[in-house]
Amino acid sequence: MSKSERPSRLFRNLNAKVASIPMILTALVVFVGGTAWTVLYSFTNSKLLPRLNFVGLDQYYRLWATPRWLISIENLLIYGVISLVFSLVIGFILAALLDQKIRFEDTFRTIFLYPFALSFIVTGLVWQWLLNPDFGIQGVIRRLGWTSFDFDPLYNSSIVIYGISIAALWQGTGLIMCLMLAGLRGIDEDIWKAARVDGIPMWKTYLFIIIPMMRPVFITTLVIIASGIVKVYDLVVAQTSGGPGIASEVPAKYVYDYMFFAQNLGQGFAASTMMLLSVMIVIVPWAYLEFGGRKRV
Amino acid sequence: MRYKLLTAALAATAALQFAGPAAATDLEVTHWWTSGGEAAAVAELAKAFDATGNHWVDGAIAGSGGTARPIMISRITGGDPMGATQFNHGRQAEELVQAGLMRDLTDVATKGKWTEVVRPKSLLDSCTIDGKIYCVPVNIHSWQWLWLSNDAFQKAGVPVPKDWNEYVAAAPALEKAGIVPLAVGGQAWQSSGAFDVLLAAVGGTDTFLKVYKDKDAKFAAGPEVAKVFKAADDARKMAKNTNVQDWNQATNMVITGKAGGQIMGDWAQGEFQVAGKTAGKDYTCLPGLGLNEVIATGGDAFYFPVLKDADKSKAQEVLAETLLDPKTQVAFNLKKGSLPVRSDVDLNAANDCMKKGLAILAKGAVIPWTDQLLSQDSQKQKEDLFSEFFAKPEMTVEEAQKRFAAIIATAD
Repeated sequence: MSKSERPSRLFRNLNAKVASIPMILTALVVFVGGTAWTVLYSFTNSKLLPRLNFVGLDQYYRLWATPRWLISIENLLIYGVISLVFSLVIGFILAALLDQKIRFEDTFRTIFLYPFALSFIVTGLVWQWLLNPDFGIQGVIRRLGWTSFDFDPLYNSSIVIYGISIAALWQGTGLIMCLMLAGLRGIDEDIWKAARVDGIPMWKTYLFIIIPMMRPVFITTLVIIASGIVKVYDLVVAQTSGGPGIASEVPAKYVYDYMFFAQNLGQGFAASTMMLLSVMIVIVPWAYLEFGGRKRV
Repeated sequence: MRYKLLTAALAATAALQFAGPAAATDLEVTHWWTSGGEAAAVAELAKAFDATGNHWVDGAIAGSGGTARPIMISRITGGDPMGATQFNHGRQAEELVQAGLMRDLTDVATKGKWTEVVRPKSLLDSCTIDGKIYCVPVNIHSWQWLWLSNDAFQKAGVPVPKDWNEYVAAAPALEKAGIVPLAVGGQAWQSSGAFDVLLAAVGGTDTFLKVYKDKDAKFAAGPEVAKVFKAADDARKMAKNTNVQDWNQATNMVITGKAGGQIMGDWAQGEFQVAGKTAGKDYTCLPGLGLNEVIATGGDAFYFPVLKDADKSKAQEVLAETLLDPKTQVAFNLKKGSLPVRSDVDLNAANDCMKKGLAILAKGAVIPWTDQLLSQDSQKQKEDLFSEFFAKPEMTVEEAQKRFAAIIATAD
């Protein structure tokens, strides 16, 4: 075989490779480069403007000694667990119900997905009004006669993060439902028939046959939910701006506030590096499962 | 690239539009004065500047300073500077000056004899870095005011208090009458500012300076400051039913008699004026909470970024002169409710509260404010602490003071 007949791997699909150069460059310079820059400057004492004046781990020590950051982390954990569990469970149940070949499925699907079309800011404002003790749910029920009714999660430090989670679930569950529905539709009709012939009850079929078969859909959903959790910011700003006091602060808001309001880039970078770390903890195992696993097949 | 093209296109259209009427130079001025009284005040500045044959392009940024400052700073550092911009004078723009992004105004200042006319001197000092002047102070705003609703106290059947201690003593009577004794909005800067006012009023001027100027952490953990925390604890208890966010909503509670009083800067006066209330009759103002009659010389100033365009640089000088012009000073400050930075202007139209402020200023009982003494970083940490303290009744006074001392220890 002469050389010219077997071009090297590098030049195969040359057009496609040339076309993807801008994206590769963007990814390298903006994402990887920007990340590296941020991590590097998190070891400096940069204030308003970035300066390469290294102070070691000082920013990190300060970060982990700050009550507001610790509250932020705690809130993120509570919010994370709630949105993960409830949006998966509610999303899946809704999808399973829609999958029963009901009438007006399109209408229901649209209704459930509709909140997702709203931004977090709008969602946050809507729920801020709904949960306002004077005008919202509490006010309406009190006016109906039940005057001792108490429901003001956004004004109570100890449960405010749950009030925020309600809005997040309302907004996000529709999308999860659609993903799940797509997964359910991907299941072969014959599996259902076989299960029915064997006399397996429906809930058991779902739990032990369908869900394990939907593993890829679940993993994708998990990553989407998890990344949404880590970056939650606008919902909190619109609903409570971190209040009452600092009871509903989240890490992304800490980063923004310290970078821009406090004019302390170093501190903001340190906090965002910690956020990156938590994203890595989510993404790396997923990437390993998704891409590492395929080679073995 | 695309951005540059866009700017070029915009510049071209702008040039076309303004090519017609004479050689007036456009100068974009950014600020965060957007409430009713503030907008009226800034219109006075624009009018005065337009009268010099130049053109004021208004770049108002809605939201408070917290929202506006990051936008202004990123425009300056990002290479798209405006002609002039508002900051609170003090340390907000310090690093921009050190990075050489702000224009040195020393020549204009020498020509206008600023060092002689600007009063108190500390105003110009906070514009001065390494012996050069970088900003034009336009007004003095002070935080040290307690605004009281005369109606509320009448309803509660107690006389209007003359100082903080009487006010605290009157709180139970107010509560019994269904009135929130003290209105403190939910935003972090409000509770933090209220504490600073208490520190200067209850603790006294020396205590205030020892904590914020000398940054003496041991003193901040000591018994003098503990007294102030005790007062802050009273304030927290009095404010617990406020349930509003913005400062003007809290002021509105005082105006309508739903709240007994509010600790807020003199900008609250504009709200009373808009509501048609008269000082002395409908509301009472106590500078320094009636305990220590000092006022802090915070306020607003204009900074001028370095520009390449020679015409615009010239217009910057004209604007700097216009801002300190006696006539502009009077027109602007009457609308704004703040005090002028010159002592040689006539403020007969000022109301009772403003006159009280002017008298204190004339006596020289002034202190520098936290904007001048602390970096934004330390200020933010302080805000976090006090917004938590005011919102969380179970946080003890001792714990709060310990954390306060820790912030002072690392403050810069």
